[in-house]
Amino acid sequence: MIMADSVDLTQKEIQRYSRHLIMPEVGLEGQKKLKAAKILCIGAGGLGSPLTMYLAAAGVGTLGIVEFDVVDFSNLQRQILHDSDRVGTPKLKSAMDRLKSINPEVKLTGYETRLTSENALDIFKNYDMIIDGTDNFPTRYLVNDACVLLKKPNVYGSIFRFEGQASVFDAEKGPCYRCLYPEPPPPGLVPSCAEGGVLGILPGIIGTIQATEAIKIIIGKGETLVGRLLLFNALKMQFREMKLHKDDHCPICGKHPTITKLIDYEAFCGLTRGETSQVEEKKMDASVEITATELQELWKKNPKLKVVDVRNPEEYEICRIEGTTFIPLSEIGSRLGELNKNDQIVLHCHHGMRSMRALEILKNAGFQNLKSLSGGIDAWSVEIDPSVPRY
Amino acid sequence: MSVEIQIPVALARYTGNQESLKLSGASVEEAIRNLTSQFPSLKNHLLDKKGEIRPFVNIYVNDQDIRHGKQMKTALKSGDVVTIVPSIAGGNK
Ligand SMILES: [Zn+2]
Repeated sequence: MIMADSVDLTQKEIQRYSRHLIMPEVGLEGQKKLKAAKILCIGAGGLGSPLTMYLAAAGVGTLGIVEFDVVDFSNLQRQILHDSDRVGTPKLKSAMDRLKSINPEVKLTGYETRLTSENALDIFKNYDMIIDGTDNFPTRYLVNDACVLLKKPNVYGSIFRFEGQASVFDAEKGPCYRCLYPEPPPPGLVPSCAEGGVLGILPGIIGTIQATEAIKIIIGKGETLVGRLLLFNALKMQFREMKLHKDDHCPICGKHPTITKLIDYEAFCGLTRGETSQVEEKKMDASVEITATELQELWKKNPKLKVVDVRNPEEYEICRIEGTTFIPLSEIGSRLGELNKNDQIVLHCHHGMRSMRALEILKNAGFQNLKSLSGGIDAWSVEIDPSVPRY
Repeated sequence: MSVEIQIPVALARYTGNQESLKLSGASVEEAIRNLTSQFPSLKNHLLDKKGEIRPFVNIYVNDQDIRHGKQMKTALKSGDVVTIVPSIAGGNK
């Protein structure tokens, strides 16, 4: 519970927040609560951009940001915190500069570090709530567990292509993230945004929903998403709502918790727990990988070398290596007849992950002379042919 | 018993990019069986070898999570909407 009487508003602040102050749902008391509030945002990327900008503008007194990445050209399509001239510079500095100029009254604290089991509790304990704007399963489980252990709300949002999810996990009042998803998918089973793409506006919608929930929790008004999962589909322009239940058997917020301190989340998400797909169970075998330079030499020596591009059609439209055969990973299992078991085959994708999965599929089908291009077409562009656009 | 199954975009590549399908089934188990016999590569993403829902996938009948009800035995009536919601993690990069 955030108290309003610990702070006062200056005349300048009264002017700045006047549209809040004149509405009964916020008012002077609500605005003071916002000023007294301390919010930590994990990530200053897709979700972090809109939500930190709105929270700063709204007058949240203290904003903490955890981010260690560098601004990349491919971020600019949706991460509106960062300007084009910030490409190549630290995201944290870029974010803090932008937020400062939006509202100099806000106290900003930056943590230029990866969130880990070692530092999470120490960082979280200074804040009233955490907003999860990360992009990977280990960090999402880490954020959840740290929030449950510290009894703090976790404002959740997640996006893929043109679909988003949002909720508020507060184990004191309802379910936590583990109640919803007891275990993460095995690595590689669910494509990431880097692999599957994301509509640039989508994090704007989900991130502002997260910011809205954060503000409602602070001022204590309205009905939050505790116990509800909001699903958004931008193409259908449809919101749906699912009921969430606290799981009595939840390992961290259930009746008999087995997780009482932070664990190794990389191992939790990377190790094969229970059932996983056959492909994922196989360990990556580095000996089947070749570099772009090695591929070029091999191709010269063996002009009949079969080089198979397993990317998606949309990626094939962007760029391709001349002379390759195009079979998307999702189709390769049903198009084995187009390949000859006696051929030497090199598989490639964008960065070298999906080609390894394709290699496993071919291996299981009895193909033997297989290689995967390490670093994918991106490495080919860097090492061999710069006329191939990088994306 | 005609029900609608909603497929998330993350799994639509296994259903020929169809996000909404009309199927028959008196229970979730039957509807999912009919779905995966049409799209066999989807099965491994939804169910484990014992035929139970994988822990990173939730199946809702209308707005209720079947994990907190009769699981795969949850009965369906005509017009029900079965929604598959997998865990997604994107948001920062
Ligand atoms: Zn829980």
